[in-house]
Amino acid sequence: MDETIKSRINTASLRAYVMIAVMGLIWAYFHWATDSIFLTPRNLSNLMTQMSVTGILAVGMLMVIVSGNIDLSVGSVLGFAGGMAAWALAAGYSLPIAIMLAIAVCVVIGLVHGVLTSYLNIPAFIVTLGGLLAWRGAVKWLLSGNTIPISDESFKAIGQSYVGANVGWLLAAVAIGFVLVMAVQRARSVKTYGLGEANYGGALLGSILPVGAIIAFIWVMNSYEGKGVPIPVLIFVVVALFGAFMTTSTTFGRYLYAIGGNADAARLSGIDNRRNVLKVYMILGALTGLAALIFAGRVGSATPDAGTLKELDAIAACVIGGASLVGGRGTIFGACLGALIMASLDNGMSLLNVRDFMQDIIKGSILVAAVGLDMAGRKQG
Amino acid sequence: MSLLEMREIVKEFPGVKALDGVSFTLGAGEFHSLVGENGAGKSTLMKVLSGVYPHGSYEGDILIDNTVRSFRGIRDSEAAGVSIIFQELSLVKELTVGENIFLGKEPSRFGVINWTELYHKASHLLRDLNLDIDPRVIVGNLGIGQQQLVEIAKALSKDARILVLDEPTAALTESEVETLFTILEKLKSRGVGMIYISHKLDEVFRMSDRISVLRDGRTVGTHSAAELTKDKVIAAMVGREVGDIFPKPEHEFGETALDVRGLNVYSIDRPDKALVENVSFAVRKGEVLGIAGLMGAGRSELLMAIFGAWKGKFSREISVDGSIAAISSPADAIAHGIGFVTEDRKRFGLILEQTILDNMTLAGLKSISGRYVCNRTRESIAAAGPMKSLRIKANSPLTIAGTLSGGNQQKVVLGKWLLTHPKILFLDEPTRGIDVGAKQEIYAEINRLAKEGMAIVLVSSELPEVLGLSDRVMVLHEGRVTGEFTRSEATPEKVMAAATGSY
Repeated sequence: MDETIKSRINTASLRAYVMIAVMGLIWAYFHWATDSIFLTPRNLSNLMTQMSVTGILAVGMLMVIVSGNIDLSVGSVLGFAGGMAAWALAAGYSLPIAIMLAIAVCVVIGLVHGVLTSYLNIPAFIVTLGGLLAWRGAVKWLLSGNTIPISDESFKAIGQSYVGANVGWLLAAVAIGFVLVMAVQRARSVKTYGLGEANYGGALLGSILPVGAIIAFIWVMNSYEGKGVPIPVLIFVVVALFGAFMTTSTTFGRYLYAIGGNADAARLSGIDNRRNVLKVYMILGALTGLAALIFAGRVGSATPDAGTLKELDAIAACVIGGASLVGGRGTIFGACLGALIMASLDNGMSLLNVRDFMQDIIKGSILVAAVGLDMAGRKQG
Repeated sequence: MSLLEMREIVKEFPGVKALDGVSFTLGAGEFHSLVGENGAGKSTLMKVLSGVYPHGSYEGDILIDNTVRSFRGIRDSEAAGVSIIFQELSLVKELTVGENIFLGKEPSRFGVINWTELYHKASHLLRDLNLDIDPRVIVGNLGIGQQQLVEIAKALSKDARILVLDEPTAALTESEVETLFTILEKLKSRGVGMIYISHKLDEVFRMSDRISVLRDGRTVGTHSAAELTKDKVIAAMVGREVGDIFPKPEHEFGETALDVRGLNVYSIDRPDKALVENVSFAVRKGEVLGIAGLMGAGRSELLMAIFGAWKGKFSREISVDGSIAAISSPADAIAHGIGFVTEDRKRFGLILEQTILDNMTLAGLKSISGRYVCNRTRESIAAAGPMKSLRIKANSPLTIAGTLSGGNQQKVVLGKWLLTHPKILFLDEPTRGIDVGAKQEIYAEINRLAKEGMAIVLVSSELPEVLGLSDRVMVLHEGRVTGEFTRSEATPEKVMAAATGSY
């Protein structure tokens, strides 16, 4: 049994390794082409900050896609939520109220989309296409077509500040501790359930890679003028861990894969497909609200066209990361890696002064090529 | 001289001989019925005739007008005058009647359709059949019965000389059946040869010149209808020994586990059409209740409705262990200790791209793994039990379900429900399309579960299976109970007679 588990992990991880390798190639190329600017701590810190909004959206989007649905409205909803927060501040409400309002609005919008999709059986594509238009219209109405500047420094900090070098190391210590405790616990459970002897040595050996990655990450972030991890990146990492936990380790996550994989079989196994789809839209809503706060904070204002086309970035990230639009397949790790690849392309091409129309053409082509190669690989496998 | 002759047709699928030397003839203007149990090979034979299974994929010869034909596809057989009306309609619901009739052969010039000619020809064709249907009406707006008649008009527009009707009356009302038969009489007088496939023996005897009975991929006999009676046909359809392949261990039954009163189930598309009417039954602990019936008798719909999974309208009163149970969803049913090994494992039972482990733990996930957070180790331990006891042959629990053989897939579905620890288990076609070895293992498991006190409701199209495993057999015909037999009373002839509505 041990051997087959290993072989399965290998096939499942093969994709991830290939994607990491592809990203390595892209990074190496940009580093070379930009005369060693791309892989500097400064640029990497910017890159991570740039990807955080798309990354957070991609985590929520992945869960929706896995359940066999789609959300085309997240860009507009993001704009609307940012507008709500800025409007609330301008109207004299406190920052916590503004934050709560933005997130609550997004959760309610997710609830509405979810009810229309799963209880009224309107196809998700149509519901959220309508949402794409309607919520964009709503934000234009709310802001009367104007840009509202954000003066509250604490709000801007959500998108612009850093946690500081020492806090960064503290976080690293906590994360490393967590990784080690989990590894030991997993090894111990093997013994607890009588499946064999606990292999603590192996567990520690397996922890080397994640521990190394954590240290390297904090070190690079701290190397950028000692600023440490950007707040948006920290939020993104927390969201990604939350998403990974939800999809792999909860009954809710397992149900999402079952619903997307075979809705009839899931229903007949006693799963309430509708309620679970409703939940997943509400989760995406909450994450969209979070992303909206980061976006508005980073830009320092709420604009009527904030978040335009963000839904496509999020969907592309999921698809590049191996998610199937039919449902039932995809991982949070893949979606985050997809978001990082998309952000790397944006960042690298901007450094190279590639004209914006050319950037769009290249990104579009890479999206189609990535899925094409994936399909070809699947057929062979 | 015969219009059609099929000689010694042999058609094999991996592991199964679906047709084993079947011969069949049809004369001009002849009405020749083809009857047999589900899976006897009727549909396969018609697919060979129509070119769905192309020349070369079967052995034997097809002769039309005494010339050997080798059809590569449906187009070839249609060109030779063969037209098949399948059970599932093949009309495009969004198009008009006229468009459907001439689909793919629209009267046109340089690719531009001549609509006037199309509708003129269509209305001519419909009038010729005494059908009062406007060719400009959208097909989806017609009733199922009228759609069926349009389908026949479409077949005739291709100058069909050999018309195959596969259960054409399954969805028709009685008056629609009359219209259909009037048309068939007319076609017969014009010299169209017809092959009529039906489970309804009344209809079969109504017009047939000859009747052929298929069983297990062989022709049992072809006789003129005048020489036959319903009883003789039924005997020929079942005609095999239910021997000792089903050792039935004797054991005592307990108290009533499930009691269903006044079950009505209505069609999803036509909420006024009842698929199951006023059915009541009870099953005791340790008892196997077999539900027999032919395709379309309402067996699966009955189980789906009790389980709270039927998507259309239904009504019934259910008691579990003597107290009223409100079951409005599969989750409710599971909570009341009901498990449901559904038919068509690929469609309803499995998530093919997931692992055996994920599939097996799905229905009972919250109790096996944890209410909110999963514990993979606990899941592995739980799944190991059924994997071993059902002898699921796979490298590991992490093998992808879609890569397993049919028998092993079926065992995974069974295992999934055993992991919910049901007190009552529904089995719908539990051995369809699986090899003999796996069948035997599933039979043994059913007997073992009954002996342990589980109440079992078994639906199967295989008569020997129902008779061999059941302590009691309930027979459905067109949604009504037409017979109920104890194990000692139940003979293949009696059950088949009840299933064809002639008991």
